[in-house]
Formats: sequence, C-alpha cells, structure tokens
Amino acid sequence: MELFLQQVLNGLTLGGVYSLVALGLTLVYGILHVPNFAHGAFYMAGAYSAFFIMNKLGLGYWWGMLGAAVVVALISVLSERLVFHPLRKAPYLHHMIASIGILLFLEAGAQAIWGADFHRMETPYNQLLEFGGLTLPAQRLLIIAAAFLLVALLQLFLKKTITGATIVAMAQNREGAALVGIDATRVAMLTFAIAGALAGVAAVLYAPINLVYTSMGNLVITKAFVIIVLGGMGSVPGAIVGGLILGFAEAFGAFYISTDYKDIIAFAILVLILSVRPQGLFAKGAH
Amino acid sequence: MKLFNPTTGWSLLLVLALLFPFLAGNDYHLTVMSTAYIYAIATIGLNLITGYTGQYNLAHSGFMAVGAYTVGILTVDHQVPFWIAFALSGVVAAFLGFFVGLVSLRLKTHFFSIFTLCVGYIMYLVIEKWESLTHGTVGIIGIPAPESIAGIDFSAPRPQYYLVLFFLVASLWIMHRIVRSLLGRTFMAIRNGDDLAQALGINLMRNKLLAFMLSVFFSGLAGGLYAGFVRFIGPGVASVEHTFDMTMYMLVGGIGTLLGPLLGAIGVPWLTQYLQVLQDYRFVVFGPLLVLLVIFLPYGIVGTYMNRKRRKEALVAAPAAASTSAPLTTAKGATHA
Repeated sequence: MELFLQQVLNGLTLGGVYSLVALGLTLVYGILHVPNFAHGAFYMAGAYSAFFIMNKLGLGYWWGMLGAAVVVALISVLSERLVFHPLRKAPYLHHMIASIGILLFLEAGAQAIWGADFHRMETPYNQLLEFGGLTLPAQRLLIIAAAFLLVALLQLFLKKTITGATIVAMAQNREGAALVGIDATRVAMLTFAIAGALAGVAAVLYAPINLVYTSMGNLVITKAFVIIVLGGMGSVPGAIVGGLILGFAEAFGAFYISTDYKDIIAFAILVLILSVRPQGLFAKGAH
Repeated sequence: MKLFNPTTGWSLLLVLALLFPFLAGNDYHLTVMSTAYIYAIATIGLNLITGYTGQYNLAHSGFMAVGAYTVGILTVDHQVPFWIAFALSGVVAAFLGFFVGLVSLRLKTHFFSIFTLCVGYIMYLVIEKWESLTHGTVGIIGIPAPESIAGIDFSAPRPQYYLVLFFLVASLWIMHRIVRSLLGRTFMAIRNGDDLAQALGINLMRNKLLAFMLSVFFSGLAGGLYAGFVRFIGPGVASVEHTFDMTMYMLVGGIGTLLGPLLGAIGVPWLTQYLQVLQDYRFVVFGPLLVLLVIFLPYGIVGTYMNRKRRKEALVAAPAAASTSAPLTTAKGATHA
C-alpha cells in the first residue's frame, strides 16, 4: 500500500510538471495553430537561467524561479515577434521548421555558454517528511502544490478577467476576436509570455530532482505534445487532465512494468490511441 | 545562358564528382565527401515525402538507423555477407515504413509530424534499450567493409567513395524519373491540396503510403551504406537531430527540387568543416540561419533561382507575345509598345 501511494505521489509530481509545460504549449497552439517545437528549449532555458542566477549571482531558489520565469517569458515573446509573427501567413511547414531553428539555436547556445556537462540544481527543500509510513520528499510536495496553484490561477485568469477572456477569444476565432476590437498582437505577445513563464517555472520546479542539461527539454516537450494531441490541441482542461494521466501512466508503468521502458510509455499510448482514434481522445473532428 | 541547361549542368557535376578523389588533398576530404553523399541520399528521400508530397516526417533518421542496424546486426551477429544485408536494409526500412505509414498517414499536417516524432523516439529508445538485439548504448562495432567485387577492394577510401557516389547518382536518377512521371505529379498534387487531389480522383492514402515507403527506402539504404562505410553504429544514428540536419540541407538547397537537397547536403557539411571552431556549436549559427531562410528564402537557393528565372522568362515572353499580336490589333499593340 505504501508503495502504491508512493507511485501516486510520483504520478502527481510528473503530472504537475507535464501539465504546466503542456498548458503553455496548448495556449500557444490556440494562437499559432501550429505546435511550437521550441517550447522544450524554453523549458531548458528556464532551468539554465535559474542555475545561473543561483550559482553566479548567489541568489536563492525563489529568486531563481522568478528570474527564470521572466527570462523565458522574454525569450518567448521575442521569438513570437521576430519569428512567428512574420510567418503568420506562411504554410504550417515553415512554422515548424522555424521553431526547430529556435530550438537548435537555444540548445547550442546553452551548450556554448555552460558546456555539455550535467549540472545539479540546489534546492532549500531537501527534507524528507514522514507521514504515516510514507516518506515524502519536500521538493516533490512543492512541485505538486506549485503546479496545482499555478493551474488554478491560470484558470481564474482565463475565466474571470477581461485580458484572460481575450486570449480565449483569440484561440476560438482570430477574425472574430479582431472584429470585436481585440488587439491580436498584444494578445499573441501575452500568450507567449505566459507560456514561456509557465515553462520556466516548471523547469525550475523539476530540475532539483532531475538534472540540468542542454537536451533536458526534448523528452518533456515530446511528452507535452502527446498530452495536447490526446487532450485536444488548444484545450486547457485537456492539457491538465492529459498531463495527470500521462504522469500516472509513467509512474505506475515504471514501477509495475519496467524502468528501462518508462519513457516509451507516453509514445506508445499516443501511437495506440491515434491508431484507433485519429482525432484524439477528447478532440472534436478529425486532425 | 543556354550554356547552363539541366543536362550539361548535371553532367558537369558528375564529372566534378568523378574527378574529386584526384583533386582532394587527402583521404580525410574523401571521407567528409563520402559521408555527405550518404546523408544526401537520405535527404533525397526526405525531400520526396516532405518537399514533393508535403508530409514532414520526423522519424526519417529513425528509418536510417533501421537500415544501418539491419546491416550491423546481420553482418556482425549472423555473418551474413555485406551485400545481402545491404540489399535488405532499404527493404526492411520500407517494410517497417508500410506499417508506420498505414497508421501515421491517416493524420494530417503537424499531427503527422508529431506522430512521427514519437515514432522516431520509440525507435531510438528501442535501439538503446533492446540490448540483446542491438547491443544497446555500446552500439555495433566491427561491421565488415563491403566484400570486393571484380577485384575492387571496398575497404580503401577511394573505392568506397566511388561506391557511395554510384548509389547517390542512382538515387538521383530514380528520383528524377519519379518526379517527372505521373506518380510524381500525383505526389505534388497531394502536396498542393489534399481535397483538390482527391477531387481529381487520386487515392490519397495509397499514394501517400507509396511516397512514404519510397522515402524511407532511400533512408534505409543510406543507413546501410553508412554502416558499411563508418563500420560502427550506435543509437545516436536514430536521434531526431539528424532529421533536423537533413531538414536544413533540404531547406538551404531548396525544398521540393531535385538539385536543392544535394546542394545542401554537400554544401553545409563543407561549410561546417571550414568553421571548425563551430563544430559543436554549429547550430548557434545554423539555427538562426534556418529561421532566416524560412522567412526570407523559403524556396532555398535552387528554388529562388528557378523562380527568378521563370519570372524573367515570363517577362521576356510577355513583350514578345505583344509584338506578335501587334500586326493584328495595331491600335492596342501600339499602346503596349
């Protein structure tokens, strides 16, 4: 039973991180209508910014997280302005290749500055909490709490504020939104900033129990793609639910099936589901 | 300008390629060129499915690894002669491509790309983890060089170069035949619009699947050549970065053209050779280059050149047409002139 609960905890941790990344990806998809392959590199950039702030500037973990959110939001907005905006009328292939260009640039840039080594990120939450026979690492609890808090805040923002509503409106219908006087440029920049900040925070939350390295974003982003394809591209609840499902699938898969193949599980789920239902699990209409 | 018609251009390229070993200073240059040719074959394959048929397959390097591992496993673990294993490399890739294509090609646009990205990851992870078959992360070491044919020993750099060149020329010729045929037109119709193609009576699934299988056949064959040439393979062959590399070759040269991918696949590695400092960080330069290309030169070098030429010809043709029609409609012709 303890082992089972331990896996539940692992599942929530992974699911929280995946949800945050997938949320950003799905919001940007709502604006671009094209998957942003560079999102994983944004995640990686977040971890490195925090690493730099903590190690070189000597500031604390929370400053690192804040700095990462700001830096990645900036990178994200810049890439929207410089790359995706000029391409908004180009075929989908061009978007994808351009986002791959950004991805390759950021990865190579991080490698040029920090080298190819793996880095450890320190966290002030190293304690192990004992709770009824369960050992709960504080960092994992922090991830779960922070992820759920951010998701709840984002939901409130999208549902209850005018600015949030403009993002939803843009995602639903670009021309319609423009017709009722929504500034498409401003909304696009805002969406990219939020998506970037979420990726940055997710990276800083997860990095202490993982490691910091240049290709750290690749697996995460691919899994985030799996999540938003399954949950329906552009759907916010789909990204949250999908993230949790995948987190649990991986945690239990690693425990009950095989640790070696745990990374394959996400992709196997995608291949399996899309083979049976090409339109995804929750999405309406065919892809 | 008639000096540079396609036939003379291609012949000139072939002569240059044939003479290259005598012009190259050392074996190292020969190795760089041969590797570039191998990737050019794979890129030509990627261009068929992406450039001509409009489906961006991100598992392309995975299929190259399938070809390479077919040769590696058969020759090292089962002592199959290289040539037989090599002949199988493309076939195995195409066979696997049939099943992957059957499932993935039901998806459109970026959903297809995401799906194939996942397939590529599965391929990579299976190669890395299935140690009893693929030797895991250690890779397969000591793949024998191709056995000699008619006394030509293929373990020396020069015969190897010509061997790779032979397959490159053959691939280009086959691709030329495909593109100029009705089949090629069919693929391009699909690229230009699924619905329109279907309205013309084209069976989408069958043609896409055929393009996909042909494309990965080239990739598998390139992988087989790679295994026989480098003689060591690891899971890294399957990594998606190689697909990104090939995408760049295709885009620099000109997507959806015959010469473009070849130009890119040969030009870019040589450029990196000269920017030796950049070897590890080449994407600091090439990443933004890729973005700039997509924004400002989406048709690459060859595509842009051909578009300009076409526009010039249209400009030349237009006044000519006006002048021939001048005697008939004098008043109108006069205002045009």
